[in-house]
Amino acid sequence: MSNGFILDFEKPLVELEKKIEELKRFAAEKNMDMSGEIEPLERRAAELAREIMSKLDPWQRVMIARHPKRPTFYDLVGMIFQDFLELHGDRHFRDDPALAGGLAWLDGRAVTVLGEQKGRDTKEKILRNFGQPHPEGYRKAMRLMEQAAKFKRPVICMVDVAGAYPGIEAEERQQGEAIARNLRDMSMLPVPIVVVITGEGGSGGALATGVGDRVYLLEHAYYSVITPEGCASILWKDAGKAPHAAKALRFNTEDLLRLGVIDGSIAEPLGGAHHDPAQTAANIKEIVLTALAELDRFSPTELVEERYRRFRRLGVYATS
Amino acid sequence: MPLKELFKTRPKYITIKAPGQAGQGALETKDKKEIPDGLWRKCGECGQTIYHKELAKNLYLCPRCNHHFRVGARERVSQLMDPGSFNELFTEIQTMDPLEFPDYPARVKRAQKDSALSEAVIVGTGTLDGFPVGLGVMESTFIMGSMGSVVGEKITLLIEHCQASRLPLIIVSVSGGARMQEGILSLMQMAKTSAALGRFAQAGLLYVSLMTDPTTAGVFASFGTLGDLNICEPGALLGFTGQRVIQQTIKQTLPPGFQSAEFQMEHGLVDMIVNRRDLRKILAQILRMHQPRGGEA
Repeated sequence: MSNGFILDFEKPLVELEKKIEELKRFAAEKNMDMSGEIEPLERRAAELAREIMSKLDPWQRVMIARHPKRPTFYDLVGMIFQDFLELHGDRHFRDDPALAGGLAWLDGRAVTVLGEQKGRDTKEKILRNFGQPHPEGYRKAMRLMEQAAKFKRPVICMVDVAGAYPGIEAEERQQGEAIARNLRDMSMLPVPIVVVITGEGGSGGALATGVGDRVYLLEHAYYSVITPEGCASILWKDAGKAPHAAKALRFNTEDLLRLGVIDGSIAEPLGGAHHDPAQTAANIKEIVLTALAELDRFSPTELVEERYRRFRRLGVYATS
Repeated sequence: MPLKELFKTRPKYITIKAPGQAGQGALETKDKKEIPDGLWRKCGECGQTIYHKELAKNLYLCPRCNHHFRVGARERVSQLMDPGSFNELFTEIQTMDPLEFPDYPARVKRAQKDSALSEAVIVGTGTLDGFPVGLGVMESTFIMGSMGSVVGEKITLLIEHCQASRLPLIIVSVSGGARMQEGILSLMQMAKTSAALGRFAQAGLLYVSLMTDPTTAGVFASFGTLGDLNICEPGALLGFTGQRVIQQTIKQTLPPGFQSAEFQMEHGLVDMIVNRRDLRKILAQILRMHQPRGGEA
């Protein structure tokens, strides 16, 4: 449960949950049967969670996607895969701790898995640059994907990034080129690629590992061309209008499905992924396994052709 | 992506439309503004005041300091292509408002009126010094040359057309990045155009990317930097993230010349910086060196 960090709109729920826990502890201490009191409260808590989550506005969704307690890449990898063997470095400049990747078993099948690691405490967050890769991170990702292609393993990309990193060195080492190259080369990779956006799917940074045969979005994750703050400060010169921008950018699940940008939504436990990381991981695993079973039917040539078509049709325009 | 920031840091010019751009698309004539005589422009670099007609005759280069003024898409086409050879394609692809984004349709209308173009890119085929070539040219005054569905689609159609016709491809970029008003669809155009270039490259065909001032963000991180040859004009601003955003993030002053064409050459991104006066000649030389041998045209 979410102890520690609490979002405003989570408060009533967290307070109720606290009460239930206290009551349980009290009952255990006194060896009393208080289930008559506890059960209605638990029902009320579930109702409240459903109520809160069903009324989330786009900005609150972003808050959940960025929740400090949201399961990270390592958390999820540990629960979805077995024997994760991390591989490091882009072979040119350095190892970027913001984007991790390596080999793992997925139910008896060797796969390549990679994704941004935001970090759980302050120290790790700084080490990992809050999960914002430098160019060598994207290049490491591409290296691991090409390695996967060589050994005919599928690739699972987990995406959780606010956006590409706005820094001098990231520019000097050409993050634009690194992203462009990933877009081009991922589109031609002859093995299945399944993309799961687990938290933030922010702009070019997200897309740099986002060119998949299937792209899924966790229920409260978001996928956007720009952060709501960035959009608001550019269009209305006021980052404070981010909630307004979040609405205008239309990154809700229905619109992303309608526009063909994602292939499906992955359910989160009541209250959000941080309320039950294990269940979240199980839900992701189920979808990934189903997707891989579907993609296994394609030859490498068909796979690349279908992937091209998938992205080729994205866009809305008139032909007058 | 920080569209406006980038443009703000550039010198301010008096914005006027170039005269004498022959109408090649059906769409451009309607709202075309007449240029009143006697308009002057000030060089952002050396401060020289230049009569507009003289500037136009001089390829929009400052006669005193060689500063490269921004060039409209039509003007660029006529500077590069053999006279009368350009055949504009895919003009039927028109902008929509898929997200019902606040003020977007009005913004597009205004841009169409001001630029006398239907969108931020024109694409087509023609000849350059006699060599057949596919050409795409972006327009900076159209919502800052941002890439939405139409720009992405027209660029992709051009790439596919050139691949089918075995034509070399030149794209002249100028862009603030993805078009926010089309949200995630704009981001997807980066993947779409890059994927098309992947196939184009596999077909063994030549793509020359000419990045002009400014080429940034979503266009920089897709077809802008994926050329077999990346060329740029002197002094152009080229980069992924806008300078103001970087400054706000790292809270340091940026080094002088950061993200300039010269900086990007030093940092290995571009093959060469070409003065606009030499551009046609250099492009012709490149095209000649990539002519198929043994008559398979």
